[in-house]
Amino acid sequence: MTTILETKNLEMKFGAVYAAKDINISIQAGEVLGVIGSNGAGKTTFVNMVTGYLKPTSGDIIYRGKSIAGRPTREVTKLGICRSFQIPQLFPELPVIENMLIALTIAKQDRPVLFQPAIDGALEDEAHALLARFNIDGYADQEIQTLPQGVRKLVDIAMATVTEPDLLFLDEPTSGVSADEKMDFMRVLIDALQTTRTAVLFIEHDMEIVEAFSPRCVAFYEGTILADGPTAEVLENAKVREFVIGSEYHRSSSDSTQQAGAT
Amino acid sequence: MLTAVAIAVDGLGFAAWLFLSSVGLTLIYGVMRILNMAHGGFYALGAYSSAWAIGLYTATGSTVAFTFLLIPLAALIAGVIAGLVVERGILRFMYGRDEVLMVLVTYAIFLILEDATKLIWGTDSYVAWQPAFYFGTVEVFGIPYTVYKFLIIGTAIAVGLALFYALNRTRIGKLLLVVIEDREISGALGINVTLFFTATFVLGAVLGALGGAITAPEISVSPGIGAEIIVLSFAVIVIGGMGSIGGAMLGALIVGFARAASVHLYPPAELFSIYLVMAAVLAVKPYGLFALAESRKI
Amino acid sequence: MIKNLDRTEIGLLIALPILIIIAFILPKWLVNYVHVSMGTGLVALGVMIQMRAGLVSFGQGLYFCVGGYAAGMMAKFYGITDFFVLLAVGILAALVLSALLGFLLRRYREIFFAMLSLALSMILFGMLSSVEELGSTDGFNLPTASYLGWSPTGETAQLTLYTLTCIIAIGCAIALNRFLKSPIGYINEAIRENELRVEYLGTSAHKAVHITYVLAAVVSAIGGVLWALPLGHVDPEMTNWTTSGQFVFVSILSGTGNIIAPMIGTFLLEIVRVYAVEISPNTWQMILGTVMLLTIIFLPKGLWSLITRKKKATRDDGASAPIAGE
Repeated sequence: MTTILETKNLEMKFGAVYAAKDINISIQAGEVLGVIGSNGAGKTTFVNMVTGYLKPTSGDIIYRGKSIAGRPTREVTKLGICRSFQIPQLFPELPVIENMLIALTIAKQDRPVLFQPAIDGALEDEAHALLARFNIDGYADQEIQTLPQGVRKLVDIAMATVTEPDLLFLDEPTSGVSADEKMDFMRVLIDALQTTRTAVLFIEHDMEIVEAFSPRCVAFYEGTILADGPTAEVLENAKVREFVIGSEYHRSSSDSTQQAGAT
Repeated sequence: MLTAVAIAVDGLGFAAWLFLSSVGLTLIYGVMRILNMAHGGFYALGAYSSAWAIGLYTATGSTVAFTFLLIPLAALIAGVIAGLVVERGILRFMYGRDEVLMVLVTYAIFLILEDATKLIWGTDSYVAWQPAFYFGTVEVFGIPYTVYKFLIIGTAIAVGLALFYALNRTRIGKLLLVVIEDREISGALGINVTLFFTATFVLGAVLGALGGAITAPEISVSPGIGAEIIVLSFAVIVIGGMGSIGGAMLGALIVGFARAASVHLYPPAELFSIYLVMAAVLAVKPYGLFALAESRKI
Repeated sequence: MIKNLDRTEIGLLIALPILIIIAFILPKWLVNYVHVSMGTGLVALGVMIQMRAGLVSFGQGLYFCVGGYAAGMMAKFYGITDFFVLLAVGILAALVLSALLGFLLRRYREIFFAMLSLALSMILFGMLSSVEELGSTDGFNLPTASYLGWSPTGETAQLTLYTLTCIIAIGCAIALNRFLKSPIGYINEAIRENELRVEYLGTSAHKAVHITYVLAAVVSAIGGVLWALPLGHVDPEMTNWTTSGQFVFVSILSGTGNIIAPMIGTFLLEIVRVYAVEISPNTWQMILGTVMLLTIIFLPKGLWSLITRKKKATRDDGASAPIAGE
């Protein structure tokens, strides 16, 4: 296994508040990694820093041997790091297929093209194939704003994969998905992503999903990393149980909906 | 030395006029997130109604002193009527829409108000100079100024202080700040948001009309003054940061002194110095000098 | 290239000979309106392509004026009357200015873009109004154009200018139609909807806006030259914000759906204006304002959406069967 991403003492300060401090994480090519932690623990801040949305106050981010800290989002994307969002970031007034076509168009252009048509039959086929991979091709002609949250989540993730990234961050992929559908939803997702050897880091509040899908797990607490290691060990860690999971661990499904709903 | 004095006094005079003419615009934007292009229309309505009323009144030969009551009264009546009609008749159906769309909507209203003004008062100029010279002139370092100019400066300061007091020291002002912070939550808390919006818009319209009404005696009131004041007041509120009363004051001072300086030092620059300042401020501080930080989106 | 023409482009190419022929059939005053509205129509197109990216330019008159004045000043100070040189100078002036200002404007969106573009156009308005060498607020006159050494007069001059205007205007419209369907055109739509995602997809929204801004400026400057030459006059009103407001009006009315709509919209507006001003001069703006309000409320995608809506309905009927099979 080769390390593709490594962060060194990554730190983010907003005024006097540390949103992230001493974040040292390394991610191996092709691995699946779950991230847990309560709201405000610094999980999204970490993703925002690595993808260039936030410039870290100090520390470094090494991707494939090169520092990418502070590089703009679009460059990070071109290098092969993509993400999906907790609240899907889509083009709401356009149909699903147009959303995908725009994503593909951008992925394929290296320099600005002004007077040649962007879309042809081949590109449309490609877009449909991508949608089919996530089982949402049936929604192709519907506008985003008319879709249920779960489908929007999948479109959001599908758009993040058009460049075939080496590293994909999923920010709470199952939030907004009902409790009894979560497992199947994740199954579709992970299966689709496993076909391309993409390393996946996903943020998740449901411990059962973390257990089921990620061999490794990182727990965040108040901007720092509390534990990092094999999922079973991290979930048994006393500190993690005290600060992150709370006393009960295997909750009933109705509890997990409440937690997801509160995010 | 003389030029410096002239720039100082004229700058203050311009600034007072600009502040009165634009504070309503910034108030409406601050509370309702509407960049109200119809503001120019309110200004013109105020100017015309005041000039017209003064003309009618002085024609009777009575004492000019009462015209000082006519000016705010004309502004009040014109502003309340126009503000209510625009807010209740059109804008209330469009709350929550995109800010740019609201610019276009209020631009359409501005066009309508322009012609409404022409239909009521015709296209001739109105001159109502009597109040401006009623108190005569004073000399500042040998330069004569009308007392009326200082009256406008005083009015601007009074309006600014009153707004500041009302927003920060009264119950209604505090509730209004809550409405600005979060419309939905304040609605849920039992605050009558609709009423606040209507009241704010009408107050903004009255202030715009007051700006026109108080200026009317100093100028010749003719078609086109509304279009002119829109860009000027945009410049003023953009410089300070839109939605801030203090920002409008600062913007008015900067623009006022810039204009006074170019009038006295290099007259050809008068017309564009203002927009140059606006563009320069925008280039350095895009959201104005007093802008608030934007919250994180993801 | 030719076999890739879409319906809009075919329509434009068919319109070209018709436009030229009507110069011989229709009364002269009407042809004049067609001629002049091709110039202003191009500026409306400039506003429209920016609107696709969600940007409302309340200062497009800036480049309308830059084009007209640049051409006029060449004629006034250097005695150059050649049509192609004047056009090239107008384009070049707008290109340089917009490329520079673009670095500033591309950082702004929504009302800030609207206001900054307005402020910039008003700077020019203020400057031109106070330069006596350029006639201050009165502006100055332009000579009759010559063409590569040939200097027609009277009727011939008008017809030549008209024909060239038609060709250039249609050419610009086709180019812009291509632009809307190009990658940058699509990216603009995406910027309007969600700029954050555009950056996360790996492209620079700033760059796309900058390119669009320059293109809109160039088209507007062409419009300015093509408008100023038949009238033989330029003045600072070209860059007053009220002029820009009319371009915005046309774009709102016609919508951003099709490149032909703003061209037709401009012409119709010119014609209606002629009658409205004659019948009731003081209600013209009231009519404009009311129509604009009604359009925003009831037809948010412009009048053109009436046509496309009908078309879509018929197309969906035919296409629904194969899609269901997927």
